[in-house]
Amino acid sequence: MSGPCVALFVTCLVDLFRPTVGFACVKLLRDAGCEVEVPEAQTCCGQPAWNGGDRKNARAIAQQVIEIFEPYDYVVLPSGSCGATIARDYAEMFEDGDPWKERASALGARTHEITAFLVDVLKIDNLGRALSARVTYHDACSGLRSLGIKQQPRKLLASIAELELTEMADAEVCCGFGGTFAVKYPEISTAMVSEKTGSIAATGADLVVAGDLGCLLNMAGRASREGRAFRARHVVEVLAGMTAFPPIGESK
Amino acid sequence: MSQAPTSARFRENARAALDDASLQTALHSVRRGFIGKRAAARALLPEFDDLRDQARDIKDHTLAHLDLYLEAFEAQVIAAGGRVHWAETDADARAIVLDICRGAGAKTVTKGKSMISEECGINEFLETHGIRPVETDLGEYIIQLRGEPPSHIIAPAVHVTVPQVEATFREAHGDLDPDRDLRSPAALQREARRVLRRSYFEAEVGITGANMLVAETGHCVIVTNEGNGDLTQSLARVHVVMASIEKIVPTLEDAGTLLRVLARSATGQEMSVYTTFARGPKRSGDPDGPEEFHVVLLDNGRSRMLGTEFEEMLRCIRCGACLNHCPVYQTVGGHAYGWVYSGPMGAVLTPSLIGVDEAGSLPNASTFCGRCEAVCPVRIPLPKMMRHWREREFEAKLAPKAMRRGLGFWAWFARRPRTYRRAARLGGWFLRRLAREGKVVRLPFGGNWTRDRDLPAPQGQTFMDQWKALER
Repeated sequence: MSGPCVALFVTCLVDLFRPTVGFACVKLLRDAGCEVEVPEAQTCCGQPAWNGGDRKNARAIAQQVIEIFEPYDYVVLPSGSCGATIARDYAEMFEDGDPWKERASALGARTHEITAFLVDVLKIDNLGRALSARVTYHDACSGLRSLGIKQQPRKLLASIAELELTEMADAEVCCGFGGTFAVKYPEISTAMVSEKTGSIAATGADLVVAGDLGCLLNMAGRASREGRAFRARHVVEVLAGMTAFPPIGESK
Repeated sequence: MSQAPTSARFRENARAALDDASLQTALHSVRRGFIGKRAAARALLPEFDDLRDQARDIKDHTLAHLDLYLEAFEAQVIAAGGRVHWAETDADARAIVLDICRGAGAKTVTKGKSMISEECGINEFLETHGIRPVETDLGEYIIQLRGEPPSHIIAPAVHVTVPQVEATFREAHGDLDPDRDLRSPAALQREARRVLRRSYFEAEVGITGANMLVAETGHCVIVTNEGNGDLTQSLARVHVVMASIEKIVPTLEDAGTLLRVLARSATGQEMSVYTTFARGPKRSGDPDGPEEFHVVLLDNGRSRMLGTEFEEMLRCIRCGACLNHCPVYQTVGGHAYGWVYSGPMGAVLTPSLIGVDEAGSLPNASTFCGRCEAVCPVRIPLPKMMRHWREREFEAKLAPKAMRRGLGFWAWFARRPRTYRRAARLGGWFLRRLAREGKVVRLPFGGNWTRDRDLPAPQGQTFMDQWKALER
């Protein structure tokens, strides 16, 4: 029996900065019995245009994504943020009565962030892996508040033998990335991410994991500048047992 | 207008706020309080989220029939012996209030806390006409003495530390014993209470705001924790209520529902210490109360929001939960927003009231983390409305040129997959060339990113290139 055919939306940040995250997704999905496709024409979900007020470009990119990903059973992404754009925002980009609105809703209903897909759709709660590490998990905002991703990654992390998960204070508070926010308001962003790296360090964890690469680049970049001892990885790297690669922003 | 807005200089204001050590101390100590208290209050009321739905529905229904309920309210106030004044603009409201004060021969006016009076700049206006306004809410009193606008809609002096209040009181209350002990908040409160007590009896007019106006009865509802609002409205000969038109609710029962979410969202209290329903002047046989009762109903741009993508903002009951939970507000405080309203609700409302050309920075100063919407007692989709402002800005070409160009440039590539692929390859190569030990410490075109943080370098080839190579 063959599993569902899943299209992986790699996301533009993972494509450019952290291919390991994409491969970790492929591994997790295949281990779970899915057939994985990576549509070649994918670029970005269009969120920068949507949040930047450029509705015309956002709509055009959404149409492109809908056309590319419509044929598959599911769309899965290593990002709650891009996931929320497709699952929640696309339908809002089109007027009532526009056939694109229905297509957007239909695709949105089949679009899932990867940990939510594994737990909620595939009903997996034990990955049967082991990793000796002290870990803390940062809740990325869009995933948490738009898609309700909270317990799913924790459930999967808890299934990893020898992994100790310690909650940081204010895990649900924004890290200050916010897409273009980090470059539009760098001082505020710095103050916010410094609070975050402080909370992470206070747990004594040696690794912070999260489900969105934007937050991770921000937190890892700030921690590196501050000389913090902890390292950062996308949660799927840990879940897929792919921690042989250097952590984010490290060369070894 | 109250203060000349500085919302256009949000970035500079924010920088100054970050450099203000005393402000940062004040913001830090406040952060925990509000959030923990709301969470605890919510946990004690299992139906809290259902009440939020009801509160939203009450406000939506009211806004759909706003004209009807406003006229019903007016009729009830008149029937109770009061007067209703319709103010289309803040200038109209100022003129009306001044007229009433002059009619009462007022030299001193006491004031309960009112954001509408802030929006209209009543204090400065009365002062220039020789009338002394005295704020009676402790926080408002403190900032009045300091000559500052409020930095929070329910905790106006939240940016001020205890030692700063002590210094302010020593300067303002020069006639009191210089050796008195003013180090504790309780001592400061006692002193303010003693000083303010005199003003209640001197004032000819008392101005309050209103948390709600009840259409079926003509009641004006205020909630306070200090009882200052009650003294303001019952001891002066003339009571003036300043309220904006969207404060109306149909029935007393509706007011009850909103009160159940208001204090819990604001301070984590089940109810504020004082909840007062005022209706008309003193009747014969009443032991106390004002001889005249006026309600000034302010529009000031709100009716223009009806039927637009910003209508839902008019549900706001001014609890301040969105400010308390906003990481940007927590970082820079309220003054950075440059006008009367701050935080997420200010970021949506301010452009509506003073224009997006002036206040366009505010809806941009958000990470869209969504915490404001998650705690709003009337479920206002604040991030969505901030995005609507960004759209208006973008359409009107008000957004910074560099941002517009950057977005357009990026979107051009995103719409051309093959070209995008090549650009990603080139970008990745370029970043890896700049990197040392896995990170870029200084970006030639991204100084704002690398000023305070490194940029983790791409691992190697793009995912798509690696995937393609594997597939082959």
